[in-house]
Amino acid sequence: MTEPLLFELSSPGRVGCRLPELDVPETALPEKYLRPELPLPELSEREVVQHFTRLSQLNFSIDTGFYPLGSCTMKYNPKLHEEVARLPGFARIHPWQSESTVQGALQLMYELQEYLAEITGLPGVSLQPVAGAHGELTGMLIVRAYHQERGDEGRTVVLVPDSAHGTNPATAAMCGYKVATVPSDPRGNMDVRELERLTDETVAGLMLTNPNTLGLFEEHILQVAEIVHEAGGLIYCDGANVNALLGIASPGELGTDVLHLNLHKTFSTPHGGGGPGAGATVVTEELTPFLPTPAAARREERESTAAATEYYLDYERPQSIGPVSGFYGNFGVMVKAYAYLRSLGECGLREVSENAVLNANYLLEQLRGYYHLPYDRLCLHECVFSGKAQANLGVHTVDIAKRLIDLGFHPPTVYFPLIVDEALMIEPTETESLETLDAFVSAMRQIAQEAESEPELLRDAARTTPVTRLDEAAAARKPNLRWQG
Amino acid sequence: MSSYIPNTDADRRKMLEALGLDSLQELFEVIPPEKRYPHLDLPPPLSEMEVKKLLRGLAEKNADLDHHPCFLGAGAYHHFVPAVVDHIISRGEFYTAYTPYQPEVSQGTLTTIYEFQTMVCQLAGMDVANASMYDGATGVAEAGLMAARVTRRDGLVVASTLHPRYREVLRTYTQGMGMDIQEVGYGEDGGVDLRQADQLLGTGTAALMVQYPNFLGGLEDLQPLSELAHGVGALLVVCVDPIALGLFRAPGEQGADIVVGEGQSLGSPPSYGGPYVGLFACRQKYLRQIPGRLVGMTTDADGRRGFVLTLQPREQHIRREKATSNICTNEALVALAAATYLAIMGKHGLRQVAELCYHKAHHAASEIDALPGYERLFGQFFKEFVIRTPVSPATVNAFLMERGIIGGYGLERDYPQLGDCLLLCVTEMNTKEEIDSLLEALREIGDAR
Repeated sequence: MTEPLLFELSSPGRVGCRLPELDVPETALPEKYLRPELPLPELSEREVVQHFTRLSQLNFSIDTGFYPLGSCTMKYNPKLHEEVARLPGFARIHPWQSESTVQGALQLMYELQEYLAEITGLPGVSLQPVAGAHGELTGMLIVRAYHQERGDEGRTVVLVPDSAHGTNPATAAMCGYKVATVPSDPRGNMDVRELERLTDETVAGLMLTNPNTLGLFEEHILQVAEIVHEAGGLIYCDGANVNALLGIASPGELGTDVLHLNLHKTFSTPHGGGGPGAGATVVTEELTPFLPTPAAARREERESTAAATEYYLDYERPQSIGPVSGFYGNFGVMVKAYAYLRSLGECGLREVSENAVLNANYLLEQLRGYYHLPYDRLCLHECVFSGKAQANLGVHTVDIAKRLIDLGFHPPTVYFPLIVDEALMIEPTETESLETLDAFVSAMRQIAQEAESEPELLRDAARTTPVTRLDEAAAARKPNLRWQG
Repeated sequence: MSSYIPNTDADRRKMLEALGLDSLQELFEVIPPEKRYPHLDLPPPLSEMEVKKLLRGLAEKNADLDHHPCFLGAGAYHHFVPAVVDHIISRGEFYTAYTPYQPEVSQGTLTTIYEFQTMVCQLAGMDVANASMYDGATGVAEAGLMAARVTRRDGLVVASTLHPRYREVLRTYTQGMGMDIQEVGYGEDGGVDLRQADQLLGTGTAALMVQYPNFLGGLEDLQPLSELAHGVGALLVVCVDPIALGLFRAPGEQGADIVVGEGQSLGSPPSYGGPYVGLFACRQKYLRQIPGRLVGMTTDADGRRGFVLTLQPREQHIRREKATSNICTNEALVALAAATYLAIMGKHGLRQVAELCYHKAHHAASEIDALPGYERLFGQFFKEFVIRTPVSPATVNAFLMERGIIGGYGLERDYPQLGDCLLLCVTEMNTKEEIDSLLEALREIGDAR
């Protein structure tokens, strides 16, 4: 990799942006508050553009290739969305403007809330959380507030399956709960007998993911919900995998009390290299009073004969957990999700899940026999293999991942879920063609073959990238987190 | 087929055949039959042309800042965004990538985050910065939690001049942790009431949390505050406006231990409140307690420089319930916008932006203060200031909007004692003509009283 850093490119006296001359009289600057120096780089516009453009070319992205990263739903991000989110009437409006001057924005938020409620079967919606983990925090604080409101103070435990994302136990801990782990059964479901044993009056709720991180639908979901509800607990569903269920099943009808949706997964808004996302949180009617404030709301005003619709921000929620972010959530992301839903409608959404699930099962079938399949049944939107057969040859999942890079693909999610040895979690999404899937299958089969015949090809991969394997141990031992010159 | 799906009917038949299935429905037989295929009452699908028209219609119902002079701030700011910024963040290689878990194919994102971390440190005068938080409000909340971990104490003393909404988010975040949050008021000049702060700080205090410049626009010396906090073994947490740091002394040079802030001003539009980006920096000795992602420099197998996510054992995917935070990603693309903005503005540009804000705000403030019926309150300020108005702030704003001007932030809800006051913000975007039209309208309101 040859691109220098901004600080190495900097040259004293260079200026990147010319600003207008001051057009009002000057005021003396308060000397005692002034900083003696500002150690930022100095570059011309041309250098800045070249630098960041070159850096962009070092990235793999959805726009440049297949990105089967399990649990991340790396589907295509429509270009229309980028254009509409940048309209001046969306991008350049201020969050404190009076409601009468932002009716279009409020209408969009209100309607998006309605659509998400319809899709999930859960009527209460907050668009405020700005990421999946943020939606989880919001959801679990609502669970906490619900029990507290009822004077049910003895609930100190949250149940989390052993296959869950790490954010689940971390969120429960941030809400002050102790975490108890529910093991999985041999079919990849939550072990119902263990769940029964762990569930009592100290349990505030269960955080489940459905389909779970193995890409498998919880076969006993209705029984699971009943067990937890009977004991007075609530069901929190991590919506990371809702791309499998659009128009196929409503989480609300499957016993879910609280759910977060990742607009940046399911509803096609881009991941941005790690944000901004949006983690809309949806709840049952009973839990709606606890949602963050404010929410977009609508009222009809009758003026003479004509009824006028007015949108506003509703702050009247006395039982609310309070706000979870600075304003109303990632509005720019909401615009993109709204555009997506208006483009697809009911049938379009169902087609999304049908094709996402079909693609995942096709990959599962085509790779069967080449990699160990720990749970051999139809999957939903993703499939999980184990590289343990290859590990016996001295080649590990990390090597398979790096070799895939040399063959032109982004690796799947690796070493997760934790309950599968040498895990490879593959999520193709609905936006890939059969030709792409077949090319990926060829690459994976080739790698399985190479693991036997030329293992060093895998262990030395990746060789075609701007850098080869990086020394992560050295990075952690002596952290260099900023340029020091 | 809509939905951005390439599969044709023939493709699907071929795939089903490979699976030994006859229909797509068979893929979903694991779902309880009575729960399958709910009807969704959604509007019918639209073509790209129709969606674009629909969205444009909604956007045009909003009064945007391209067409209206704006004097609103209070946590979201209208600053100039050079064309370069949007050009860079619009590159698909950046915005359609995921979190950089595979460093060999993510050096673009990783390098920009390392540069972002460096420039946040340079601005704040701190040792280390993370890859960003969700926004300023959640940055404040995470700083409160981090201070509690560092000091093993559970008390927070928070300035009432810290953004009211940030204080609320702090309370939301900490409600499960049993923390004791007390507020310290402001003195005559609008700065933190030192005597009250001294009384509230004690051996149970994890941090004193203040804003710089504060929510009411005021500038204050952080040194006495850091001495008070450190005197009882507490940390000083400072929430900053990064544009102000182009001109004013870095909090790190005045004893701050953790510096957080809202980074929206750095290259992102107000966008009705998001997406924004939280800045988060601290002293080296607290590194192991910092929340969120960190990017570090290292070398590859061939000795070349490269960047990786590092110190991950602090994080949720490794430590699960023992993690420093549940935060998973950062706000990478908004952080990239901020890095691009800081690179293009650079040492001279950022100072010039800050100076333009300062001079224009002071010109507007002194002219308004001279109008009959108006009075500016408090001491030194940067780009925001408090004005007592002759009629209610809501009335003033409504009149200004009639003139096409977006007025200030009414303080009545957050500061009842300032119920007759507006918080106005002036930036480099406000021309002399805009300021003159504001003055003219305010004069009319005063005269009509």
